[in-house]
Amino acid sequence: MVVEFQTSQHQCLANKIDITGQAMLPLKIKDRPIVRALLAAGCCARCVLRFCCVGLQSAYRQTYEDLATELHAFVSEEGDESNDTTKQENSEDPPCKKARLETVQGNSEGGDPAGVPQTQPGTDVDAAVSSVCVVCLGVLQQHCDKTFAQKVSEAVTAEGYQFDSLVLSVSLPAQLSVREHSTWLLVKKQVRDKGTCLGKDDVIQVKEAFKWIMNGLVSQELGVPVLAKSLFEVSVGFTHPETDGDCHFLATTCSDCFKPARNKLSVFTRMAVVKALEKISEDNFRRLFPCPPSRPSTGCTPQDVQCLHMSVFVAGRYNKFSRTLPQTPWVIDGERRMESSVEELITAPLLSSFRYEGFNFCSSGREDVDVRTLGNGRPFAVELLNPHRARFRKAEVRELQEAINKSSDKIRVRDLQIVTREAVARMKEGEEEKTKSYGALIWTRTPIEKDDIEFINNIKELELAQKTPLRVLHRRPLAVRQRLIHTMTASFLDPHHFHLNLRTQAGTYIKEFVHGDFGRTKPNLCELMKADTDILELDVESVDVDWPPAIED
Amino acid sequence: MEGAEHRGTPSVIDRYFTRWYKTDLKGKPCEDHCILQHSNRICVITLAESHPILQKEKRIQSINYQISAGCSRLQNKVSGKSKRGGQFLTELAPLCRITSTDGEEYTIFSCIRGRLLEVNEDILKRPNLLLEKPSTEGYIAVILPKFEESKSITEGLLSRAEYEDVVSKRTGENKEPC
Repeated sequence: MVVEFQTSQHQCLANKIDITGQAMLPLKIKDRPIVRALLAAGCCARCVLRFCCVGLQSAYRQTYEDLATELHAFVSEEGDESNDTTKQENSEDPPCKKARLETVQGNSEGGDPAGVPQTQPGTDVDAAVSSVCVVCLGVLQQHCDKTFAQKVSEAVTAEGYQFDSLVLSVSLPAQLSVREHSTWLLVKKQVRDKGTCLGKDDVIQVKEAFKWIMNGLVSQELGVPVLAKSLFEVSVGFTHPETDGDCHFLATTCSDCFKPARNKLSVFTRMAVVKALEKISEDNFRRLFPCPPSRPSTGCTPQDVQCLHMSVFVAGRYNKFSRTLPQTPWVIDGERRMESSVEELITAPLLSSFRYEGFNFCSSGREDVDVRTLGNGRPFAVELLNPHRARFRKAEVRELQEAINKSSDKIRVRDLQIVTREAVARMKEGEEEKTKSYGALIWTRTPIEKDDIEFINNIKELELAQKTPLRVLHRRPLAVRQRLIHTMTASFLDPHHFHLNLRTQAGTYIKEFVHGDFGRTKPNLCELMKADTDILELDVESVDVDWPPAIED
Repeated sequence: MEGAEHRGTPSVIDRYFTRWYKTDLKGKPCEDHCILQHSNRICVITLAESHPILQKEKRIQSINYQISAGCSRLQNKVSGKSKRGGQFLTELAPLCRITSTDGEEYTIFSCIRGRLLEVNEDILKRPNLLLEKPSTEGYIAVILPKFEESKSITEGLLSRAEYEDVVSKRTGENKEPC
């Protein structure tokens, strides 16, 4: 389940468990001025832990009130190590808690450490509990508890997904990074004054702390593990309109970080803000943004919980028995031609079981609306987007196949199966090298006899130069493509008609080979026959792609 | 490909193309052009069957796609799906000049606005294609009208019926035999 995070150096020193079984705060005496400064700046208790680089997850999982009380107790302990840094730094244990009589630096006028408000916010536990954190804007306060976990879980349950694990993702307002940076500068100053240094990377991220707390809570509510990776993603997002303007000053210092793009609602994306913060100098930042950040009057607003299940891929082979059925919906000038399509006939019966929200249909090549696909059929795969159910037993998949086949006599599906995204790529692999077999009904202008078409059977490996057919030229580049007709078999029907079987390299345009396409396919059947020929009917007899694997009955 | 004799189904041109005509180009009597517009908006420019070259069964001396000192239609190149780089033609842009053995020169025009996709180089090697298969292998050029103009480009052109009407009146009046 949740992997414990074990990197911080704090782990090694203070994992003392008190008699109640609760973890004591792994803070060192030297952290005390930092904690005070952070509390004074209006940081919440969990953000204080983050900036003290506390990597002990259980410390964050205490209730917010308990943590705030403990932190308060910690800062209330007398101790000013400012004149004793070298000794503190080397000590692995918090030094003895003997009271020191010196008053804390910067706090000298206040006097009473037991929580006097206004003048001493740094020691004000109530303020830390009740007021909105200047850094996380409340994310680690009111949106990080069992109640919020329940809300998230209820939203997930209402969506009706089937899942056996989930990954929790959180999206924070971009200005949180600005506030984080400002607070980090504050801490850095404190630490620098003490002669030690602190890397920004050691600070625990808001997201990380959020997940440490929430993963377990959500897991308890939903009864499935919350993992770092899962097919099912639950996203919670927060906005904070009050401080949206926080980022704007960055545009003046780093204009090239904020380029408008069509798909962006605002130029101040999280990534752009982080990039700009990496570039801006400390002096510049301090000049343009308050350090510590200003106190917000409202907390973050949680957005609607978003659920997304990874796509499911369903593959198989289809036959198409109709000459008035396109493979995909055929729309001209916004108007629909033909009432159905292969992809609709295949996917519609899957809707009620997978409860998907959309699909992408792909196949190994495609046939024209007036072409049938017979034989073993054409391999296809359909990506079902955001399915609410993704797991099916083999017997259930077979039932789905039967449902598709019962729903229409224009198509038929076989070898229906659930496959991986990677496997779908195999269908497209070497598509051009594959062989396809066709059957065509040919018309000749001049009357023929049986012997007139005999020569066709002797043609082997005929190389064609095909210019992009006029009928597809509007959406494909103009090119001349070399294609092979491996073999042909002609069977006489009557003086103006014969049947032609062809085995060709995939990508050969058969219709154009027969009528010549204004002489743009060379050689063409008219040329070979020295007579005008036309194609009246065309069937795909086989698509020799050995994917997906056959399913036994 | 042309004609529908001995068959129940229409020809390739009948199936996929609409025939449009422009007659007496640049005021020259009977120099009629045919524009085959595919349902996908692509147009193929050909000689109309009433064109003097076909009517008088001229022998072709030469076909020249070099329409001016600086511009040859043979230089036309298009790339990509969007056919970048093709020469853009207006209605009266010349496509080529055909000289017959009797010294007459005929200019073939674009007839429609659009991007030149290709010219038929086969007729350079086999000029007789022009006479034998004027509406298929003897085509002159392929032009792609702008998407937004694919309907309006045919407004100034004659339909098949209008064209037949014009041609029949010509022979009926017999005023100016072509």
